[in-house]
Amino acid sequence: MRIEGNALTAFLIGDKQAERIVPATGLIPWLTVFVAGVMGFLAVFAMALALSSGRVSERWLTDLSRGATLRISAPAGQLDARTEAALQVLRTTPGVASARVLSDSEQVALLEPWLGTGLVVDTLPLPRLLDIQPGDPAFDAEGLRLRLAGEVPGAVLDDHSRWQEPLARAAGRIQWVGAMTLLMIVGAMGALVTLAATSALATGHQVILVLRLLGARDVYIARAFVRRFTLRAAFGATAGAALAASALALIQRADQGGIIFADFGFFGIEWFGPLAVPILAGAVAFWATRRAAFAQLRKLA
Amino acid sequence: MCACARAKKHQLEREEKLNPEILALEDASYGYGDTALLSEMSLNIAPGGFYFLTGPSGSGKTTFLKLCYLDLAPTSGDLRLFGLSRTQMHRDDVARSRRRIGIIHQDCRFVDHLSIRENIRLPVHLSASGQAARPDNLSELLRWVGLEDRQDAFPPELSGGERQRAALARAVIMSPDLILADEPTGNVDWEMSERLLSLLVALNKQGKTVVMATHDLPLIRSAKARVAVRVLRLRAGHLREAGAEL
Repeated sequence: MRIEGNALTAFLIGDKQAERIVPATGLIPWLTVFVAGVMGFLAVFAMALALSSGRVSERWLTDLSRGATLRISAPAGQLDARTEAALQVLRTTPGVASARVLSDSEQVALLEPWLGTGLVVDTLPLPRLLDIQPGDPAFDAEGLRLRLAGEVPGAVLDDHSRWQEPLARAAGRIQWVGAMTLLMIVGAMGALVTLAATSALATGHQVILVLRLLGARDVYIARAFVRRFTLRAAFGATAGAALAASALALIQRADQGGIIFADFGFFGIEWFGPLAVPILAGAVAFWATRRAAFAQLRKLA
Repeated sequence: MCACARAKKHQLEREEKLNPEILALEDASYGYGDTALLSEMSLNIAPGGFYFLTGPSGSGKTTFLKLCYLDLAPTSGDLRLFGLSRTQMHRDDVARSRRRIGIIHQDCRFVDHLSIRENIRLPVHLSASGQAARPDNLSELLRWVGLEDRQDAFPPELSGGERQRAALARAVIMSPDLILADEPTGNVDWEMSERLLSLLVALNKQGKTVVMATHDLPLIRSAKARVAVRVLRLRAGHLREAGAEL
C-alpha cells in the first residue's frame, strides 16, 4: 500500500470539514476508545512482566553465581576434623576469597521454612555447611571437587550451577510469554480497529457515494476515517497505559522492601516503555484503518 | 427554417469545430449479461451545447447519464470524457473528471447531517483538498437559486423544489465544464420547472455544456424558444437525434 508523501502532514494538520462530513456513528467511537484503553492497560502489564522477569532472573543468577556451598556429612566424632580439613583445602585453593562455617542459627534459619520454628538442631543429624565466596577470577569448581573427594570424604561441593540453567530457562520463557502477549494485544487491537472502521465505513455508505459523485478521491475519504480512528486509539491507549503505570507505581510503593512485587514494574529508563504504548496503538490503528478503508472503498467502487 | 433557428444551428456547428469534444461515445454499449440496455451509441457532445435526452421511462436515460459521469463503464465500445478514454482512466482520473462535472439527480443526493450551505460548498472543499481552491461565490450562488434564507436548514427540511435548486447550486459552484441533470424537474411543479430551466439556460449562455434527461416535452419546447438545443432520443436501447417534431 502506497502512502503519499504529504499524507503524514495532512494527517497531523487534520481537516475539520472532512471530519464533519464523515459521520460519527453510534457506539463505535466510544467502543474504539474503550478497547484501546483496555489494550493499552494490558500492554503495559505485559511489558512489565517481560522486563521484571528478566530483571528477577538476572538478580537470582547473580546471587547464585556469587557463592558456593560445601556440605560435609560425617559421623558425629569426625565432623569437626573433616570440617577443618575442608577449610584447609579451601584456604589453599586459588580463586577462593573466603570460606566460613555456617552457624547453628544460620542453619536453623535455612530449615525454618520447611520444618517450622523452635528447632533444636542438636538432636538432628545435620551436615555441616560451609559458605564459599569466590575470588576474581573464581575457583575451578571441578578441580576443587576432585581435591575434596581425595582429602575430605563425605564433602559435596554445590556451586549452584544446576539451579542456574533452569532459572535462566524459566525467566526466558516468561519473557517470551510477555513478548507474545504484547504481540497478541497488538494483533487484537489491529483486528478490532479494522472491524470498527469497516463498520463505520459501511454505515457511511451513502455519504461515501455522494462524496464520490462530487469527485472525492479515495485517499480523501480514507484520510477522514484514518485520522479519527488513530486519534481515538491513541487517546484510549494513553488513558489505559497511564492507569496501568499508576497501578504499577502503587504496587511498588505498597511493597517497598518486600520480596514479591519489589521487582515488578518499571525502573529508570524502562518508564519510557508505557510512553511507547499510545504511539504503538496509534500506529496500529493508522495502519489497520487505512487498510480497511481502502479495502472497503475498493469494494464500493 | 427561420433566421433565428439558422443562427442557432450555425452557432452549434461553429462550437463543434472550435472544440471538438467534451464527451464522445464511440459505438458504446452497456448491458447486464446478455441483455443490452444501450446499444452501439455514437455521439459527440460539443462544448457549450444544450442537450436534452428524452425517451420513455425505463429507456435507459439514467443509465446513459451514469455512463457520462463514469459511474458505469461501457461493456463495449468506448467513451471519452474531456479527451480521456474511459478504458485508460484510473480511479483518481475518474474523481478528477467528476470534479469538472456538475451532477443533478432526480432524488438530489445530499449529506443529510450537513446544512444546505455546507452541502453546496462540498465540491469546493473536495477540490481544495486535491488542488488549489477556486473562488467561493457561495452567497451569490445562494441568492441566484433563491435559497439565501434556507442555507442553514438541513436537506430533509427542504421541499422538493428547494432541494432541486440546492442540487443545482452544488452542481455549478465549481463552474464545471459539463452539467448533467437527471430529470431535475420530475418532482416539482411547472413554475419551479421553468425556474430551474431558466437557471440552466443562464449557465449555458455562460458557455457551460448542459445535458438534461427529461420526458417533459413542454419544457423542451420552452427551452427551444430561448436557446439552441439538441434533442437526443433513447428508444429500445438506441440513441438517435430527434428531428423537428419536438
